[in-house]
Amino acid sequence: MKTSGSTLAVYRKRRFDIWDVLIHLSLLIASLACLLPFLHVVSKSLSEDAFVIANKVFIWPEGFTLGAYEKIFADDSIIRSLYVSVLVTVLFTVLGMIITICAAYPLSRKQLKGRTVLTFIFMFTLYFSGGIIPEYMLINNLGMLDTIWSIILPPAFSAFNLLIMKTALSSSIPDSLEESARIDGAGHFRILVSIVIPLSKPIIATLSLFYAVGRWNTYQDALFYIKQNVDLRPLQLKLYYLVIQASESFQLESTQVSLSNPEVLKASCVVFATLPIICVYPFIQKYFVQGVMLGAVKE
Amino acid sequence: MKIESASRQNETALKNIGLDRRGMIHYLRRDWQLYLLLMIPLAFVLVFKYAPMSGLILAFKNYKIAKGFWGSEWAGFEIFREIFAKHDFGRAVRNTIMLNGLDLLFSFTMPIVLALLLNEIRSVRFKRINQTLLYLPHFLSWIIIGAIAYQLLSESNGAINNLIAMMGGDRIPFLQEDTHWLISYLAIGVWQSMGWGTIIYLASISSINPEMYEAAIVDGAGRWRKVWNVTLPSIRVTIVTLLIMNLGKVMEGSFERVFALQNKATTEYTVTIPVLVYRWGIESGNFSRATALGLFQAVIGLVLVLAADRIAKKLGEDGLL
Repeated sequence: MKTSGSTLAVYRKRRFDIWDVLIHLSLLIASLACLLPFLHVVSKSLSEDAFVIANKVFIWPEGFTLGAYEKIFADDSIIRSLYVSVLVTVLFTVLGMIITICAAYPLSRKQLKGRTVLTFIFMFTLYFSGGIIPEYMLINNLGMLDTIWSIILPPAFSAFNLLIMKTALSSSIPDSLEESARIDGAGHFRILVSIVIPLSKPIIATLSLFYAVGRWNTYQDALFYIKQNVDLRPLQLKLYYLVIQASESFQLESTQVSLSNPEVLKASCVVFATLPIICVYPFIQKYFVQGVMLGAVKE
Repeated sequence: MKIESASRQNETALKNIGLDRRGMIHYLRRDWQLYLLLMIPLAFVLVFKYAPMSGLILAFKNYKIAKGFWGSEWAGFEIFREIFAKHDFGRAVRNTIMLNGLDLLFSFTMPIVLALLLNEIRSVRFKRINQTLLYLPHFLSWIIIGAIAYQLLSESNGAINNLIAMMGGDRIPFLQEDTHWLISYLAIGVWQSMGWGTIIYLASISSINPEMYEAAIVDGAGRWRKVWNVTLPSIRVTIVTLLIMNLGKVMEGSFERVFALQNKATTEYTVTIPVLVYRWGIESGNFSRATALGLFQAVIGLVLVLAADRIAKKLGEDGLL
């Protein structure tokens, strides 16, 4: 593939025409469209109220100050939300991976009797579900409303991730390898722990990230299940209530200008909630791309 | 060792002629560890995915909290008749189909265009930086995207409106007027997914045999002829498969996306089926009605996915199931 690129380059190198300019330009615009909104929000969060109220901040902070961030770190409820989010994400990811591996390994073995039926039981959940209300009533009946378990246990099984894991295992662990381990007297548990898991570290890393980022970003179930116990709101839900306040204040805007400006505070909340993702993003991007390819193998 | 492989062979031979008479006990004894492992995920699926399905009975009952799940009276299809007559129902169905349909038009085509553009870039570094920036929105939650959208598009103090005002134009109610909201909603969707969607197409493009391009060059093909006659036909299968998959999802709706972008000023297009289920059920406590609406959506969704799968298979693709 690499060599083909260079031969093509030889053919093409001679001309860099107007189309090349246009192509580079349009990609540049698309990329800037993805970058500039963040720059704007970051600048706003670092600016002084007066400049923001005067609508003078675009992509560079005016009157640099960290005041808004000091307020955020002084706000116990936001820090608590961060803590809840981290705790939930870690527990959820570990549980999700245990479940996925426990399902994927047996289902990837051809010798397993009843494999088709079992696979169907798992995969059917991808296409049909009870829906929002029956699930809500289940959580209610289990007494899990307003506990962190309501957002950890129900989504811990993901048919989509199972599909990826199963595909990866059946292609990366040949039956012959497993068979020889069996002949040496190893049971399935032993094979799983000392052969399959060490050999599948890359896919385990990828799927852990799928679980972790997915959990970090989802707020729908928290919105449904965590109502009374405001201390357990994860960060995204906390941010949602700040956004809600933003949209509700639209009608009151003219009267609110005189009050201290909430826009700066909102901007810094957005940056605060985005920062964890931005920090890990450069490192996890590649795993995600691999995951997408694996998911596309059979879909 | 020989015995084992011989017995394996025997097993497959028997299976081939349909004479595998060994009972489940034999397999349970041999692979009990595998079945034991499966118990954990199976328990989760049964409790959290299949148990709620029994709750769908609510759609056929007149649920009263005082009477409980079993004590409530049967209503047959009365609940469905009731919701079909609701004004909000028609609007939610229309909105769901319209938002998804328009998404298909814009959010589906944009990644193809971007992938073709990225493929024309020779500088590895330029390409990589672009990809990194373009993938970024995919990693953000809809709440963050919604919050950023309001920072940029708000009528009185959004950055884009500030820019317009500075240049002497009139402020545009991007998110505070129905039609503008619809366009913003679609644009934000394109923005969020355009980069991420290129991955599959780029992978598909990279597997094209380079000799095809060389042959095209020998035949005197220019840049656009190569795209039209080599690249596009080669990724046609990928495009068709993804298109059919997306068509099957036309009744689904992202609750999070609509919910994060909605506000009180725009109500015409923000009521989709999942939003209505939330309002009727969790906000107003009318569980029967909300369950019926959810079931209506799930059944049509299932039928559409199955139809999409059938069509994909007819076209000679792998299918989805």
